[in-house]
Amino acid sequence: MRYILRTSYEQDVRLFREGLPQYGWYLGWLALALVAPLFLGVHLVSQLTFILIFAIAGVGFQLLLGFCGLLSLGQAAFLAIGAYACIFLEKQGVPFLGALGLSAVITAAAGAALGLPVLRLKGLYLAMATMSLGFIVEEVAARWTAVTGGNAGTLVPPATVLGYPVGNDIPFYFLCLGLCLIALWLAANILRGPTGRAMVAVRDSQIAAQSMGIEVARVKTTAFALSAFFTGIAGALLAHKIGYVSPDQFTLHLSIELLLMVLIGGVASLRGVVFGAMFLVALPEALAFAEKATGASMPALRPMAFGLLLVLVMIFEPRGINGLLEKVIGYFRMMPLYRRGTFARQRSFVKSERW
Amino acid sequence: MVQFLQQILSGISIGCVYALIALGFVLIYKATETVNFAVGELMMIGAFLGFTFITMWAMPLWLAAIVAIAATAILAALLERIFLRPMVGEPAFAILVVTIGLGFCLRAVAMMVPPWSGETVRITTPLSGEVLRLGPLILSADHAAVIAATALIVVGFFFFFTRTRIGLAMQAVSQSQLAATYMGVRTRSISTLVWALAGGITAIAGLLLAPIAFIHVNMGLLGLKAIPAAIIGGFSSLPGAIVGGIALGVCESLAGYYLPEGFSDVAAYVLVLVVLGLRPEGLFGQPIHKRV
Repeated sequence: MRYILRTSYEQDVRLFREGLPQYGWYLGWLALALVAPLFLGVHLVSQLTFILIFAIAGVGFQLLLGFCGLLSLGQAAFLAIGAYACIFLEKQGVPFLGALGLSAVITAAAGAALGLPVLRLKGLYLAMATMSLGFIVEEVAARWTAVTGGNAGTLVPPATVLGYPVGNDIPFYFLCLGLCLIALWLAANILRGPTGRAMVAVRDSQIAAQSMGIEVARVKTTAFALSAFFTGIAGALLAHKIGYVSPDQFTLHLSIELLLMVLIGGVASLRGVVFGAMFLVALPEALAFAEKATGASMPALRPMAFGLLLVLVMIFEPRGINGLLEKVIGYFRMMPLYRRGTFARQRSFVKSERW
Repeated sequence: MVQFLQQILSGISIGCVYALIALGFVLIYKATETVNFAVGELMMIGAFLGFTFITMWAMPLWLAAIVAIAATAILAALLERIFLRPMVGEPAFAILVVTIGLGFCLRAVAMMVPPWSGETVRITTPLSGEVLRLGPLILSADHAAVIAATALIVVGFFFFFTRTRIGLAMQAVSQSQLAATYMGVRTRSISTLVWALAGGITAIAGLLLAPIAFIHVNMGLLGLKAIPAAIIGGFSSLPGAIVGGIALGVCESLAGYYLPEGFSDVAAYVLVLVVLGLRPEGLFGQPIHKRV
């Protein structure tokens, strides 16, 4: 919540919109991420790696949901395609980095191909169509044993970068850190360019965007392809981190977890994705800790926590952790001037999807 | 040929269950424009309540059914009052996410109730084991009961919506909330009522399903097949939901018999993609053109 005095048009499109000093904090976090493996144990570094991988997948989902307004319940399918494509290519003798890039491109192509038929759809129909695709990809992964290894799953060959084995420990963490930063930077750049601004326009009003000369169909396909691209990379990394893939990892539940991640982190914010990823990884840990502390095994705890959080976040803080953070920062920034209702939400009561 | 007809017949009976769930789904969507992803979980709760009353508490069948249906209806109405009323005016997708969350919560609640979570259970009725013969075709009495009950409900609905004041009010709300409010319809009470009605119907679906399939905590996933059924029928059409559900059941049954293994699980989703690709407004829906 900050109103920036605009002094040039350039200001709207530059990478660091609020001016560089604002981002000093990020450098601090980056430094912390760089030295983290020195003092954290193997388990925590591995959790950090998962955060980075989910953040990459989240960047993809955020582009689609937060900036283009397309709700997908089939993101797990893209993760699966990325993972299986990467492993398949590696087994054909393609080196890891090449396979990673190629699998991202394959996933992007799949995303664009899947995007085309569902372009005419919106809202619920789109959610259903993508959910259907998720189920179908899951089933194909279980049946197409020649490529995927079927329900038994398949082992993932260890990753090597330029002849240097990265395994799945600390070197792999740095690989993920690098890729995550690149993904965030790429997404930030896409968003300030014409592609991203067109996406935001389509999100806010499809008809207005159309009248401004934006090709809605092309923008949506691009959004799908970009989303799949990032998610594909995340899928390949996830497969290498776990070291084993099977179709039952890529269920609807994973798609919903990704949705939860983006919503809790904060819709329409790249930094929210990282918060969301932290949350998504920390939640099961916290639940496991609670179970250990009470000494009782409670299988219902996890769905309960997920469900309640989804409901409460949507009711009380639809902009997620990032929204909360912005409110806190905004409160201190306009310290004596804060009034109740400064951050009140606007509602539209007569809005209808139908006409 | 007999096999083919037999498959169609069993497809129709399972399709009727889909149709009932889809009906609950479409009712809510029409009246409140809320997409309710928790519909399968409501069905699961209804089935488990029926199991508790019939098998564990040994209540008479008719009484147990009425209590279970009423309880699920009240639960649905409470969910609407507590969780969805504050969301009025928020974007549609936010409300959809809330219902996904509610579905998770309901499943977690079912997992917490000890006799529900343990094993998969089944309700036995006096009809179980009986068989109906139609020429060369065989239909178990439980399946026949599903078809008969669905037909009854559909007829009942027809009269409810065309003859009663509340039914007419619901139709008015579903056509335009704003206009209905101006005409003196209590839109809020109606939307709570619609949720209760939908909860009741899904409970009936659960009770009908209970003798022919097992009840378990994850049976709510079946609700995810009812949503494609609703879409195939055209999302805002009540007859469409019925036809869509039955079509889906038949396709699934035929795919299970004639196509390789695995196809019947995804038949619903392939079908919905085909329908969305060819006719996005569904079989019975009206195409929507947005006014600028």
